[in-house]
Amino acid sequence: GALGGSVAAQESLEPNTWEEITTYNNFYEFGTGKSDPADNAGDMVTDGWEITIDGMVDNPGTFSLADLTADMTMEERLYRFRCVEAWSMVIPWNGFELADLLNKAGVQSGATHVAFETAVLPDVMPGVRRRVIEFPYVEGLRLDEAMHPLTIMATGVYDRPLANQSGAPIRLVVPWKYGFKSIKSIVRITLTDEQPKTSWNDINAREYGFYSNVNPEVDHPRWSQASERVIGGGLFAARQDTLMFNGYPEVASLYDGMDLSVEF
Amino acid sequence: MSAVIDTLNAALRKVPAWSLYILLTLPIPYLFYSAATGGMGVEPINALEREMGELGLKLIILGLAITPLRKYLKLNLLKFRRAIGVMAFVYVAVHLGIWVVLDMSLRFEQMWSDIWKRPYITIGMVAFLGMIPLAVTSNNLSLRKMGAAAWRKLHKLVYPIAVLGGVHYIMVQKVWEVEPMVFLAVILALLATRIKWATKARTAPGV
Repeated sequence: GALGGSVAAQESLEPNTWEEITTYNNFYEFGTGKSDPADNAGDMVTDGWEITIDGMVDNPGTFSLADLTADMTMEERLYRFRCVEAWSMVIPWNGFELADLLNKAGVQSGATHVAFETAVLPDVMPGVRRRVIEFPYVEGLRLDEAMHPLTIMATGVYDRPLANQSGAPIRLVVPWKYGFKSIKSIVRITLTDEQPKTSWNDINAREYGFYSNVNPEVDHPRWSQASERVIGGGLFAARQDTLMFNGYPEVASLYDGMDLSVEF
Repeated sequence: MSAVIDTLNAALRKVPAWSLYILLTLPIPYLFYSAATGGMGVEPINALEREMGELGLKLIILGLAITPLRKYLKLNLLKFRRAIGVMAFVYVAVHLGIWVVLDMSLRFEQMWSDIWKRPYITIGMVAFLGMIPLAVTSNNLSLRKMGAAAWRKLHKLVYPIAVLGGVHYIMVQKVWEVEPMVFLAVILALLATRIKWATKARTAPGV
């Protein structure tokens, strides 16, 4: 069932097709064009994938994906996905709550943030060879964001394993944040007591904040975030208004007392 | 080499300039059709918008190349320059139209603030406005009325327009992409061929 997300946010969602979800992607390891990931990601081998969990956890180590996910509760989550570039999709993810994984790892007291890292496989990643940005791609969340029940680790879409260009075999999905926060093809998860470095924030801090919550009132310096184009509507589809927290108002309490135009 | 150029020039003399208007117009309906029928992927608006802008910039570059081609290769494309310039304007206008109607869905308030607040849009808009007087005066009547000298002076406006167009293209990208930088480099190189390097007058050493 489609759990998670407010009922209102779930009601009218029409999922994008598998083709739309897998042919229009940002995954700079495979190139900067929207079709580059679909064209170039085919050679990435995800069999035998391993993830290292380290930092401030009771049970650190390197685990096979199978072992890691064996006792996780898999569910379908139909989420909006809003890219910082002002386009959006609706995606039926399959995955489990990140909180379950973190609880299994045993988060130590004092840990405040979770850092994530994408695989770096130069042999099969042309974008890595060209070094268009610094690799590995890294992302991070505050611990309370990571533990929120809306935050999931996805391993599939439409009950199929993730396509490589979608971040196979396992990725983060944080539906109230711009898509680049939902880091793909994860090989490392680190619990830490400081705000970790995150890739786009590191590339251009003025344009991409650490939080990067979807917010129609805080514009990207080069474009407005007030509205978005929904992928799949064809040539004549109108833009639609962007919703605060991408239509997931239940996360607002995470940011009580923060000025979201400063900590964007 | 010069024999090839002579043959080319002779062949091009037989090609009427108006044929270029037809040839350069055809891609526009084709690209719209392709975008509407899935040929440009699942996000056709952005793809079409970029394609039109890129073609407009390519035509501006081609227009700028005509003088150096004649000067250095003796290749004479002069009679096609007006058609190339007018069609560059058409592509840029279609590019803008796609932004206004298809991309922004006529959200004028948002567009208006974008034009003022976002430098790359400001720059693109200035470049487009600069092209209007050039397009409007691209006819023999205007040339006669203005006089050749004034007309030529006005049309030198294409130099800053080309630079603004190249900068606009670079600024649209999220990271430093190679292709837009190649475009700007070519524009700057073509403009550099027009610089009249003053030969330094020899000064007698002070006695």
